Amino acid sequence: MAEGHLVAADALSMEREWKLPDRGTIGIIFLIITETSLFTMFVAVYLIYIGKSATGPYPKDVLDIPVLATVCLLSSSLTVVFAEHALKKNELGRFKLWWALTIGLGAYFLFATGMEWRKLIYEDHLTISTNLFGSTFYSLVGLHASHVIVGLTFLSIVLAATLRGFPIQTQLRRVLFLSWYWHFVDAVWVIVFTVVYIIGR
Amino acid sequence: MATIDYPLEHPKANEPEFSFSQSLYTWVATVDHKRLGLMYITAALLFLIVAGLMAAVMRMQLAFPNGHVVGPDTYNRLFTMHGTTMVFLVGMPIVAGLSNYLVPLMIGARDMAFPRLNAFGFWIFLFGGLLLYYSYFGGGGLSGDGSAPDVGWFAYAPLTERSFSRGHATDYWALGVLVSGLGSIASAINVIATTLSMRCPGMTLSRMPMFVWVMLVDAWMIVIALPPLSAAQIMLLLDRYLGANFFNTQAGGSAVLWQHLFWIFGHPEVYILIFPAFAILSEVIPVFSRKPLFGRPAMVGAVVAIGFISMGVWAHHMFAVGMSSWSNTFFAASSMLVGVPTGIKIFNWTATMYGGKLRFATPLLFCCGFLLQFLMAGLTGIMLAVAPFDWQLHDSYFVVAHFHFTLVGGLVFGFFAGVYYWFPKAIGAMLNDKLGKWHFWLFCIGFNMTFIPLHWAGMLGMPRRIYTYAPGRGWEAWNLIASIGVIFQAAGILCFIWNVLRSARHGEPAGDDPWDAWTLEWATTSPPPEYNFEKLPVVRSSRPLWDLKHPQDPDWKFE
Amino acid sequence: MAEHRVANIFKPLASPAAAEHNIALLTLAITAVIFVVVGVLIVFTIVRFRRRTDDESRQEPAQVYGSNQIEAAWTVIPILIVFVLIGVSARVIASIQNASPPPSTLKITLIGHQWWWEVVYPDYGIVTANEIHVPTSPDGKTATYLRLESMDVIHSFWVPQLAGKTDLIPNRTNYTWIDPRQPGVYIGNCAEYCGTQHANMLLRVIAESPSDFKTWAADQQKPAADNPQVGDAKAAFGSLACVNCHTIKGTPSIGKFGPDLTHLMSRQTLAAGVLTNNAKDLRAWVNDPQQAKPGCFMPSMKLTDKQLDRVVSYLQSLK
Ligand code: HEA
Ligand code: HEA
Ligand code: HEC
Ligand code: CUA
Ligand SMILES: [Cu+2]
Repeated sequence: MAEGHLVAADALSMEREWKLPDRGTIGIIFLIITETSLFTMFVAVYLIYIGKSATGPYPKDVLDIPVLATVCLLSSSLTVVFAEHALKKNELGRFKLWWALTIGLGAYFLFATGMEWRKLIYEDHLTISTNLFGSTFYSLVGLHASHVIVGLTFLSIVLAATLRGFPIQTQLRRVLFLSWYWHFVDAVWVIVFTVVYIIGR
Repeated sequence: MATIDYPLEHPKANEPEFSFSQSLYTWVATVDHKRLGLMYITAALLFLIVAGLMAAVMRMQLAFPNGHVVGPDTYNRLFTMHGTTMVFLVGMPIVAGLSNYLVPLMIGARDMAFPRLNAFGFWIFLFGGLLLYYSYFGGGGLSGDGSAPDVGWFAYAPLTERSFSRGHATDYWALGVLVSGLGSIASAINVIATTLSMRCPGMTLSRMPMFVWVMLVDAWMIVIALPPLSAAQIMLLLDRYLGANFFNTQAGGSAVLWQHLFWIFGHPEVYILIFPAFAILSEVIPVFSRKPLFGRPAMVGAVVAIGFISMGVWAHHMFAVGMSSWSNTFFAASSMLVGVPTGIKIFNWTATMYGGKLRFATPLLFCCGFLLQFLMAGLTGIMLAVAPFDWQLHDSYFVVAHFHFTLVGGLVFGFFAGVYYWFPKAIGAMLNDKLGKWHFWLFCIGFNMTFIPLHWAGMLGMPRRIYTYAPGRGWEAWNLIASIGVIFQAAGILCFIWNVLRSARHGEPAGDDPWDAWTLEWATTSPPPEYNFEKLPVVRSSRPLWDLKHPQDPDWKFE
Repeated sequence: MAEHRVANIFKPLASPAAAEHNIALLTLAITAVIFVVVGVLIVFTIVRFRRRTDDESRQEPAQVYGSNQIEAAWTVIPILIVFVLIGVSARVIASIQNASPPPSTLKITLIGHQWWWEVVYPDYGIVTANEIHVPTSPDGKTATYLRLESMDVIHSFWVPQLAGKTDLIPNRTNYTWIDPRQPGVYIGNCAEYCGTQHANMLLRVIAESPSDFKTWAADQQKPAADNPQVGDAKAAFGSLACVNCHTIKGTPSIGKFGPDLTHLMSRQTLAAGVLTNNAKDLRAWVNDPQQAKPGCFMPSMKLTDKQLDRVVSYLQSLK
């Protein structure tokens, strides 16, 4: 088609001032939105079932506030930001350091959760089938923990690659997305923490 | 974008002849949004036939009182699988398929934002579907004889708990739907990312085709509304496998909780299902009336409004569970309010036809069928939304009639309109219009014959989900007529199947733009090449091809 | 007594149903008008603006893009209509759910089972099944209250001519009330899918004049008739597993799993409306319940003909 070429030229000129949001950004944002919707349901159910358990043990008898773990997880949000900045400034050494620290903090959180569950199961005999508290507690905290695990896996992959000398600075955007996801996981913990350990007791 | 300096050789030129196994491989391994789109649509059509045949059996059973075609267990499985299939394996792939195939073409993009995620979405969906159907073999567990779930498509607790539903049937239901849901979410995120960040130069949101707008809102609703279902199903599986107590009423669990979780998903879902039809009408009606869509901004506003209001109406499915009079009033009100934006759409479509030159090819026929039937469907919906009236109508055949008017008279009619409209683009050959008209009239007559009488059966106290009924309750006539109607529907569908199979091979060539249409997908060859476009017409309005064809009075002068 | 087999929601015979009937008529009228107006508009457009065969000119019609006034019009008018409907609904919802209904002469607890109804009269100490006897309320000044519970899954109370649905939900108590105007048998179905035999979970409300009701209640309160002629039949019954599931007041059989049989013969139907209560059907039922109600929770007891005769003759003595 003859006008096609004219059109094409026209399009070219137009393309210069044609800016659209980056697709990866949109993707990760909506991933987080849909995850939020999922967590909202589990949180809502937890709230609805507070105090509805037919039998013990009840939250106030068995739950103690995981202060240290919470501090670790939340501060890992900071360390990951530092890592990011380091990477932006292309200081790989500091990047690796902060990144590893983030993983460490996250890992400790998981470990703490594990210990908490161990105590609940073996000492307090609270399992997911014991009562409504058990069902809602393990599912909500477990859902969050599973997200921590996913986060840690990706974080570790990045670290491993970097240590192997992979030019991570070329993947700045991916690193950024990963850190967003990690912030999300932290934010969710703030909610879970408030609901389970403050309101729930 | 890099459309211009792309190698300009003709698409067909670089396609060598494939052996069967090779071409099969190219389909299985493809990440091309068009092929994935076609695969979604094909899957939807196959499942439509399967679930339709199930419905035919149900109608046979109900044609006469004390029917003996199938027993209670079989019947209960039939309606469960029919409903689940139609909603999750017909409706959802239609959403994903249409947006996959058309959105990139309409916004002048080379592919979806995440092609691989797209392929993942399709295969995980298909896997979920097959998992559901595998229940026919594995449902009873290794020991028992296999069987499909029989808990109804919304699987109310506690009927789904281990103590009332033994074997694995219900697990297959939960897992299958859960898994295929992942696929839907994946493709929804993909659609959003594509529309927001892949539009070709000049295509601002205000110029985006109405179709894309509707599918964008649709995807948004999927992203928000599907997780609640997943959550509920996860809890159900925890109950069934780890002995959790979410829906265990003996341990203080709530049976109503499931209903809330399900319908928080379930009501938005029904709009998710109807939106493709809305999207199709918004493209087909203008082209066949030769006029631009009337009140475009209002139409966009309306879908967005529906997208939001529909999140707040779910409990209108639960008027009978004994909610407080306040909640009943609230949900009655919000449900009726949805009627307003929906009305705006109906009115604008009509206004688009008003003053046009209507070309009654098959696509427009199906659109007109949609308009009248969906009007009826919506108004019965309003009746159901009037809570006190619903206390009588709830779980009766009136509800069955209502939602078949929306889903068959609405979704399926709109879908057929879309198939007749875009088949030429996708396959490169026209569908036979004569057969198309037969398809339309048979299906239209059959459909109304089946579902209008069921309104009466419901108002005479016929509950749904009953495998049999005694004579003398005033239901015989209505049920018989309804069952006869299915014969016409089946005949119509057969015309369609025959039409597709035949036209695909010897249909008359379509050419790039058989309908003299206005959106970008008609600017490329039929079928489009891998890379969709050789060069893009400039987009200065919502009807780029109109501007091309009428340089003297282009749209952008008026927008 | 008049049996209303055709449960037409447009022939209400009690207050709740009547209220629902009125608002139904209003809603139908409004929606009908909308349907006609909009429908006519659509059909007119379709007919009037179809492309004439004579005009083959490639001439496009005038390109109209929209009109804010018109959009405003068809946004506002529906909103007004909807507000009317909302207002009316709100009032009727309240009038049925909140407004204090007539004082009760009778309280009944209705317990759903898969797939039969247990009917308990706490004040009278009566337990029966599948058939609810209530006094009529000709002037609508008295009412019968139903307390709805469930033993297993969700069921739903629905007797269209008396009242719309209210669910029977395990671990939750719902209430509804009825005040039948005239004596009669009102038929309803369980209206929430509750498993295999949901279809055969019928419910009958038997409304009779207060005096008739009194006599019925008095009979029901008596222990099971002890008819000497069927002494050995009674023994035969007692020796069978029936007693594990069925209660017969004043005898050793105190099972709770199945319906109370103390006054079986006072009922019109068997097994929630599946069979009519006569010798033939009763015998068929006891012989093999799975025949009439496949999947129901009463097993076939594999009785010999002799046992059958005795058991049935005993059951028939349970006036
Ligand atoms: C495509 C799917 C679809 C759509 C679009 C709708 C649309 C609507 N539905 Fe429907 N519905 C279903 C699918 C759908 N429904 C399904 C599947 C079920 C049953 C699930 C199950 O139990 O298995 C169901 C059940 C259902 C119920 C529960 C019934 C019960 O179980 O007791 C209710 C109650 O309020 C309801 C209401 C509505 C309303 C108010 C609309 C509105 O959106 C309709 C709006 C449209 C109009 C009103 C017509 C056009 C408007 C005008 C012409 C303007 C003028 C109108 C007015 C001023 C009122 N629907
Ligand atoms: C998109 C959604 C959709 C569609 C299209 C349909 C289509 C149909 N449905 Fe159904 N239906 C539902 C969604 C849908 N349904 C849902 C959600 C439920 C609720 C389930 C529940 O209660 O849990 C339901 C329930 C339901 C019931 C109520 C069951 C009960 O409550 O007891 C009935 C009964 O009449 C019914 C009938 C039909 C009929 C006759 C069609 C017809 O339109 C079907 C027409 C199609 C055919 C007849 C197929 C013909 C095909 C051929 C002839 C091809 C020949 C074969 C080859 C060439 C290979 N459906
Ligand atoms: C395993 C428990 C069980 C045993 C044993 C059992 N029944 Fe039943 N019976 C039931 C149940 C459950 C029902 C209700 C069935 C339904 O309507 O779904 C029932 C219903 C009945 C009814 C109809 C009652 C009514 O009001 O409609 C009769 C009569 C009856 N049983 C008699 C017997 C006799 C006689 C025996 C012994 C030969 C017996 N049953 C043994 C569980 C049992
Ligand atoms: Cu009980 Cu349905
Ligand atoms: Cu709804």
